[in-house]
Amino acid sequence: MNYIAIKMLMGDKGKYIGIVMGLTFASLIMTQQPAIFIGLMARSYSFLSDVGLPDIWVMDKKVQFIDDIKPLQDTELYRVRGVSGIEWAMPMYKGMLKARMADGTFQTCNVIGLDDTTLIGAPPILLEGKLEDLRRSDSVIIDVDGATEKLAKPPLVDGDKKIPLKVGDNLELNDHRAFVVGIAKVTRTFQSQPVIYTTYSRAKSYAPRERKLLSFVLVKAKAGENIHELTERIRANTGLAAYTQQEFMDLTYNYFMHNTGIPINFGISITLGFIVGAAIAGQTFYNFTLENLRQFGVLKAMGTSNWTLLRMILLQAVLVGSIGYGMGVGLTALFGYLMRHSILAFKFPWQLLVFSGAGVSLICMLAALISILKVIRLEPAIVFKG
Amino acid sequence: MGIAVRCENLTKIYDTSEQKVVALNSVNLKINLGELMMLVGPSGCGKTTLISVIAGILDQNSGLCELFGENLLTMKSKDKLQFRATQIGFVFQAFNLLPSLNAAENVSVPLIINGVKRDTAKQQAIEVLERVGLGERWKSYPNQLSGGQQQRVAIARALVHSPRLIVCDEPTSALDHTSGQNVMNLLKEVAVHKDRALVIVTHDARIFEFADRIAEMDDGHIVNMR
Repeated sequence: MNYIAIKMLMGDKGKYIGIVMGLTFASLIMTQQPAIFIGLMARSYSFLSDVGLPDIWVMDKKVQFIDDIKPLQDTELYRVRGVSGIEWAMPMYKGMLKARMADGTFQTCNVIGLDDTTLIGAPPILLEGKLEDLRRSDSVIIDVDGATEKLAKPPLVDGDKKIPLKVGDNLELNDHRAFVVGIAKVTRTFQSQPVIYTTYSRAKSYAPRERKLLSFVLVKAKAGENIHELTERIRANTGLAAYTQQEFMDLTYNYFMHNTGIPINFGISITLGFIVGAAIAGQTFYNFTLENLRQFGVLKAMGTSNWTLLRMILLQAVLVGSIGYGMGVGLTALFGYLMRHSILAFKFPWQLLVFSGAGVSLICMLAALISILKVIRLEPAIVFKG
Repeated sequence: MGIAVRCENLTKIYDTSEQKVVALNSVNLKINLGELMMLVGPSGCGKTTLISVIAGILDQNSGLCELFGENLLTMKSKDKLQFRATQIGFVFQAFNLLPSLNAAENVSVPLIINGVKRDTAKQQAIEVLERVGLGERWKSYPNQLSGGQQQRVAIARALVHSPRLIVCDEPTSALDHTSGQNVMNLLKEVAVHKDRALVIVTHDARIFEFADRIAEMDDGHIVNMR
C-alpha cells in the first residue's frame, strides 16, 4: 500500500509540487531568519571569540558588554598582576577613533591597542604582512573588510570600484599618521566598523588625551589554576569585574538580548514565518487529502483498514516533509553561501537544523493528523454518491 | 442453488438533528448464487442504502442482513474488513479509479489489499484486463481511457480477487447506449458465475433485459419483484 500512497502523492505533479513548495517555503523561512538572527547575535561577541589566548578579562565593574568601555587607570594593570595564580596580565586598549580618508571624509574605526612587547590580543589570521611589523613606527594592521570597504580609497575614475587600502598605504588617525603594515582577517563585529590593530602605547597616542585609557586587562592563569577561583580572587583583590571568556560573551549576548529590539523584531519575524509556513504547508497537505478523500473512501470500501490508511497518510506527510525540509534547508545554505562575502550576518549551526526539522515535522504531523481524522471518520458509503 | 444475500426486516434510519429519514423500511430480500439481481426505483427510494448495507459498508438499525450465512452486523470490524476485502467486488457509477495508477495498478488494488505482492498482483491484473478486452491498454492511465474502457477496468478490478458478491452502482449511467450495452454484456459474460451473485442498482431501463430478477423499490420498501 506504500506504493499506492506514493503514487497518489506524486500522481498529480502540480499538487505534489505545490505541497513540496509550501513546505520548502516554510522550512526556508524557519531557517533563514533565525540564521541571520544567530549570525547577528554572534557578532555581538565576535571580538571576544577572536582573542583566544587570555583566560580572563578584567574591566571596570560597570561594563555591560564588549563595546561598553569604561577605561581604567594604567596602575590597575599592576594590581591585577599582583594577584596570585596569574601567569601573565596584559593591557588592551579598545576604542572608537576617527580615521580621515583620502577624500577628506571621516570613518569611525575600532582601534585595538595590544601590549607592546607580547602583542597579545592580535588578530587571528594575518592575510598580508607580519605581526612583528606592528613594532615599526606608526604601524597599524587593518582588517580586510575595512580595507576593501569603508577605508578603501576613492576610485581614480568616477564609477569605478573603490581601491582597497593595502600594505604600504597611509591613513590619518586622530591627526596622527598611521602606516599600514598588514591586512588581517577578523570576524565582523556587530557594528561592522573597520578594525585597526596597533600597539597599546601607540593607541594611547592616537586616542584623545584622557586620564584613564586602559580598557581591559587580559589575564592568563597559571597551569593547573582553577579559572573560576582565580576570577573570584581578582574580583576580591582588585574590586574590578573579572570574567572568563565565556562569561564575558554571555554578558555581552544578554545585554543585546535584553536591551535592544533585535530579539523581539526577529522573534516576531520567526514566529510569523513559522505560522505562515505552517498555514501554507498544513493547508496544502490537508487540501490534498480532501481532494483524495473519495480515493481513500474507495480503498476503505474495498477493505483497507484505518490503520493502513493512517500509515499511507503518514508516509505521504513524511515524504513531502523530508523533501520540503531538505530543499528549504538547502536554499538557506545556498543563501548563506552566496552571501558569505557580504556584510550580512549569517550563522547556521546544527541546532538550527534540529529546530527547523522539528518545526517542519510538527507542521507535517499536524496536517497529517487533521487529514487522518478526516479519513478515519470517512463513511466508505461516500463512494456510492455520484 | 445457495443463497448469497438474505435480508429480513432490514431497517435503516438516517437520524440528523433536523429530521429522521427512513431509508430502508423492513426490507426483505434474497439473492441467490449465480443470479444477477437489479435494484430499480426512483431517486431516494433506498437502493444505494440497501447495497451499502449488503456490501457491509453501512450498518442497519435493525433487521438481519446475512452474506453467505455471515451476519455482518455482529462481525468484528477487523473481520468485516477482511470479509469485504475478500468476498465483495465493487463497480461504481463514477468508476472511482485512482487517477495516478495505470489500469493494471488500479486492477491490482484489491489483491494488494489482500496482501498479494505487487508484481504477482500486476500479472494477475493484466490477465483479468485481457479478459475484459483491455490487455493491451494495461499501461494506460484513467484519463487516457474512454468512459466505457474505464468501466471495463473497474469491472476487472471488481473481479480480480474472485469475490463471491459483486455490487454495482449505476454501472451504465455515465456511458452512452452502446458502451452501456457492452459493459452489461461483459458483466454477464465474465462476472456471472454459479458461485457468485451480482447486485446492480440502476435507473437505466435499457439494461433491465440483462437481469435474472428485478426488485423495484419505493420509499424504503421493495414494492415489486419480477
